[in-house]
Amino acid sequence: MGKISLEVNGEDVELDVADNTLLIHALRDHLRLTGAHMGCDTSQCGACTVHIEGQAIKSCAMLAVQAEGRSVTTIEGLADDGEPLHPMQQAFHDNHGLQCGFCTPGMVMIGIDIARRHNVPDAATVRHELEGNLCRCTGYQNIVAAIVEGAAKMEAQP
Amino acid sequence: MYDFTYHRPASLDEAKVLIDENEDAQPLSGGQTLMPVLRARLAMPGALVDLTRIDALRGVNMEGGRIVIGGATTHAEVAQNEQVREHCPALAALAGEIGDPQVRHRGTIGGSVANNDPAACYPSACLALDAEVRTDRRTVPAADFFTAMFETALEPGEIVTAISFAACHDAHYEKFPNPASRFALIAVFAARLGGATRLAVTGGGTGVFRWQEGEQAVDRGEDLAAAPLDEGRFTGDLHASTEYRIHLTRVMAQRALARIG
Repeated sequence: MGKISLEVNGEDVELDVADNTLLIHALRDHLRLTGAHMGCDTSQCGACTVHIEGQAIKSCAMLAVQAEGRSVTTIEGLADDGEPLHPMQQAFHDNHGLQCGFCTPGMVMIGIDIARRHNVPDAATVRHELEGNLCRCTGYQNIVAAIVEGAAKMEAQP
Repeated sequence: MYDFTYHRPASLDEAKVLIDENEDAQPLSGGQTLMPVLRARLAMPGALVDLTRIDALRGVNMEGGRIVIGGATTHAEVAQNEQVREHCPALAALAGEIGDPQVRHRGTIGGSVANNDPAACYPSACLALDAEVRTDRRTVPAADFFTAMFETALEPGEIVTAISFAACHDAHYEKFPNPASRFALIAVFAARLGGATRLAVTGGGTGVFRWQEGEQAVDRGEDLAAAPLDEGRFTGDLHASTEYRIHLTRVMAQRALARIG
């Protein structure tokens, strides 16, 4: 396939990747966007979750070439350095929604996706929607609280 | 990842040419099963032909009272589609509970049906709702399509273009999900179609099947708990024993029927 064009965090990007390059590896190794993590290598843990056209997907279960012409958003694209955090990031900060932090980028990205689809979800809805994201510290209580609060903050934004 | 070539045709004709030209080509749809399979090297096709940007394979249409869903339509799109929700709410609900949100944003109905995982959700709806699987070559009734676990009537290189379902309001899909994978430990798609009961079971371990003795028992007004159930349809593994799966089948079927009323 050779060179592909796509949009990453609002910027047009040209990538020279082999056909068999996973999107997660293109993001981490080619673009040095190391926020999305490779957790399980079996497409179960969700630590690699990014958005394609605003929808949460697992970037380890997609080839980089499949993202050609699409808009990709990673955790780095949510807020510029020095600028206020995205409301969902801020809610994770305020609720201490992380322990070791490895799953956190995926949790924040699925949290935003949940908020977009459910507006103001309750805790039970959030737990149900977190089926594709694992926290091996088992810190779900605060993660759920963070997503509930982050979604409410997103809803309240103009 | 091992080496392969990737191709992205814009039309079905182009896809057919690419599959003909590449000896061990594998159609790629949402890739939510195929990508992990390739990474584990459980399969090593030399070429992938991506079907997901072929417009003719996407979306939902009503044709003569039947719901026709393009093969590259994602689970999330089916779950949210107004026509599916209106004409077969149980099918929309099934699509909305496959895997997890990320999987539903990528995974497609054509991929699910062509893969025929013995614990997948869609094949049970296909059997219960008299589905027809349309390919680039022919139309196959669901009853003839799912031949064995991970095996279908598809010939090498044959592409699933759409699946058509009978519209049905008296239907319900009751799933006991594996808590880790969200695949069905056992799930039953129950429907009343043309006055007759349909019970399609997935997750048993040997492939999706219709529990015809159960259907007949229900239609005769007999107790489903006593209806014969072929043990040869079930296997045990670390998630559940054979006996437990058989027990769950009866429970899921009764719950599904109770929801239809």
